[in-house]
Amino acid sequence: MTLEQLNKIHDEYEDLIKVRKVIAEEGKKLAEKTGYRKQILVCGGTGCTSSGSKKVIAALETELAKHGLEKEVLVVKTGCFGLCALGPIMIVSPEGAFYAQATPEGVARVVEEHIKNGNVVTDLLYQETVHEDGSIISLSETAFYKKQLRIALRNCGVIDPENIKEYIATDGYQALAKVLTSMSQDDVINVLLASGLRGRGGAGFPTGRKWAFAKASQSDVKYVGCNADEGDPGAFMDRSILEGDPHAVIEAMTIAGYTIGAQRGYVYVRAEYPIAVQRLQIALDQAREYGFLGENILGSGFSFDIEIRLGAGAFVCGEETALLTSIEGNRGEPRPRPPFPAVKGLFGKPTVLNNVETYANIPQIIRNGAEWYSSIGTETSKGTKVFALGGKITNVGLVEIPMGTTLREIVEEIGGGIPNGKKFKAAQTGGPSGGCIPACHIDTPIDYESLAALGSMMGSGGLIVMDEDTCMVDIAKFYLNFTMDESCGKCTPCRIGTRRLLQFLEKITSGEGEPEDLDKIEALANHMKSSSLCALGQSAPNPVLSTIMYFKDEYLAHIEDKHCPAGVCKDLTQYEIIPALCKGCTLCARNCPVDAISGSVKQVHVIDKTKCIKCGLCEKNCKFGAVVKK
Amino acid sequence: MNDNSQHTFKGTIAQERELKAVIAKHHDTPGCLMPILQEAQGIYGYLPIEVQRMIAEGLNISLSEVYGVATFYSQFSLTPKGEHRISVCLGTACYVKGADKVLEAVEKCLGIKSGECTPDGMFSIDSCRCVGACGLAPVMMVDEDVYGKVLPEQVDGIIKSYIAKKEAGNA
Repeated sequence: MTLEQLNKIHDEYEDLIKVRKVIAEEGKKLAEKTGYRKQILVCGGTGCTSSGSKKVIAALETELAKHGLEKEVLVVKTGCFGLCALGPIMIVSPEGAFYAQATPEGVARVVEEHIKNGNVVTDLLYQETVHEDGSIISLSETAFYKKQLRIALRNCGVIDPENIKEYIATDGYQALAKVLTSMSQDDVINVLLASGLRGRGGAGFPTGRKWAFAKASQSDVKYVGCNADEGDPGAFMDRSILEGDPHAVIEAMTIAGYTIGAQRGYVYVRAEYPIAVQRLQIALDQAREYGFLGENILGSGFSFDIEIRLGAGAFVCGEETALLTSIEGNRGEPRPRPPFPAVKGLFGKPTVLNNVETYANIPQIIRNGAEWYSSIGTETSKGTKVFALGGKITNVGLVEIPMGTTLREIVEEIGGGIPNGKKFKAAQTGGPSGGCIPACHIDTPIDYESLAALGSMMGSGGLIVMDEDTCMVDIAKFYLNFTMDESCGKCTPCRIGTRRLLQFLEKITSGEGEPEDLDKIEALANHMKSSSLCALGQSAPNPVLSTIMYFKDEYLAHIEDKHCPAGVCKDLTQYEIIPALCKGCTLCARNCPVDAISGSVKQVHVIDKTKCIKCGLCEKNCKFGAVVKK
Repeated sequence: MNDNSQHTFKGTIAQERELKAVIAKHHDTPGCLMPILQEAQGIYGYLPIEVQRMIAEGLNISLSEVYGVATFYSQFSLTPKGEHRISVCLGTACYVKGADKVLEAVEKCLGIKSGECTPDGMFSIDSCRCVGACGLAPVMMVDEDVYGKVLPEQVDGIIKSYIAKKEAGNA
């Protein structure tokens, strides 16, 4: 591959991709140039695949063939569009018609009415994208996308990740070419330093400094690692990037290899992400075939290759030293730092390890310059951050926002608010290592420092929204259960500390809590923070401390009043039938699995609290709202 | 640790040959134990002590080293799994939306606990940490099939559909 060949592919495919981003007249004109009258983009990410996008693609192919349209219409399987709650998603360009929750039946209508006859099937569209007069609103104008800025996700939902030419058409591998032909190792480091890029895995260490350390370490053999062991349950940013734009990660790792003087890279990815692994493997094979990996890349004399290593389900392997130990084939236990991996990493050699999202930013920083990147974001946190928005929120999905966007904008505007008219209670960031941000801090601009000041952390990007039905003590217990389970057992503060903390929380949620427990929790938490070997144990108390800080009332209600205000903790809730509302329909008694409800037809029913197992079926089945949880 | 003794190892010569080929393929790669265990589990469905011993001998390392790695990672199983593997996601997004109640419903329906296998070997239950389909929370998987937005009352129907499929196959 030479630079000329790279540019030739770029020019050849450029319009094909561009047409997917513009609508109306401009889109139509461009479409004529590409040779395809229409393009249909279908999300092939994990979310949409789970909700049936494979069937949608199969139906598309059948229907298009049925009408003899397969030559003039291109079907593209892309990565994640972000709005996972509406999957499977299908977008028809050049109109930009966004079909939500597509089904094979719907596909038949779209092909016949829209593709063949030119009439958009308005009733199947995502209604936020339809004007009252039936015309289409550009996706970028919808509440979900308007405030987003897609840098790391720029190609997700735009290109076919299994086709390297589409990546090249969006300026892919130009950054690598620029680095190899016109930049020194220090030039690359200086650009990264000036850009202000910080690690997106959670801790936020400046990427340029990390690379500079690794470059300064003297060794014939060095390694580049990519941490794709996305362990935070409820986070799927890295998965989506690997599924939607794997070449961006490969390009950035190769740039890292050149910069620090490494010959080999490893991507450590969760085995729970089969689609991401498969796409990455295809991308690696293509990159090798096109000469972006292997010997003498782009004629520069620099050689580099990348290998995939699968994780096997251990949260601790997201910690950098544990990850490296795991690649070495051992139990994934962390080791003390220093020495840092930049000095002594994989197989004892200097290693640079970055997270997937960090890498995804780098080619664009090289191409567009440090100034461009540092103009986005806040004083200390530059660029954008991808969040996996989940929990009690309308637009569950993947969002990328400039640093400094407030939590309110994310929840109320981009996220579309809380469903079922419930009230926002808190948002949890940083997963099992993070904390929660209560409603009173909803106007906090999101960046590394402001989240840390609130007792939470940026984390890798999981953002779980909770409403009034979520019990904060129960959530703290959920996370502690997780960290206790995932503690590798190497150091005592973490191994025993997590178990003891969990026992306190179990005691409180079962109604046995005593007032002094909160002080004991705090003392234990501080010991764990100061004496655990790695970040897992050091941060495991965070969910407890942060919920105590903001929701002490709720803890006290559990401890002193033996009451769970959210009605989640079973031992502290009771079901009762309000006599005035009970019609004696017997439905509750018939549905009770333990025969705890007595009463005959048209008589008021009564729950025997000694028999009740608090399953809630009576409340669910009562048509008159007569069963209440107290 | 689950008790391994109640299951008799039923490995075939063909499986053993396949495992030996895997060991030979990875033998010289640094850090090859994990990829070998992963492929071995693919061949046998689980990692009984007999298989671990073959790997230890093949790599000329101690059995305790193999056992140490095999028991460290949650994805490696030392006991056989059911014909259909049910997995309920207990990631945060799913938990907030009631995945614990879905798991309870599965356990109740099959009469076994998470981590166990039904006596007829047809189903096993596990909980997993986030399959990344948080948009569909709560999520459960049966083998490769993903069921999204699952309500506890739908669980019976989902499980019965696999039993019905098997019966239809036998009839």
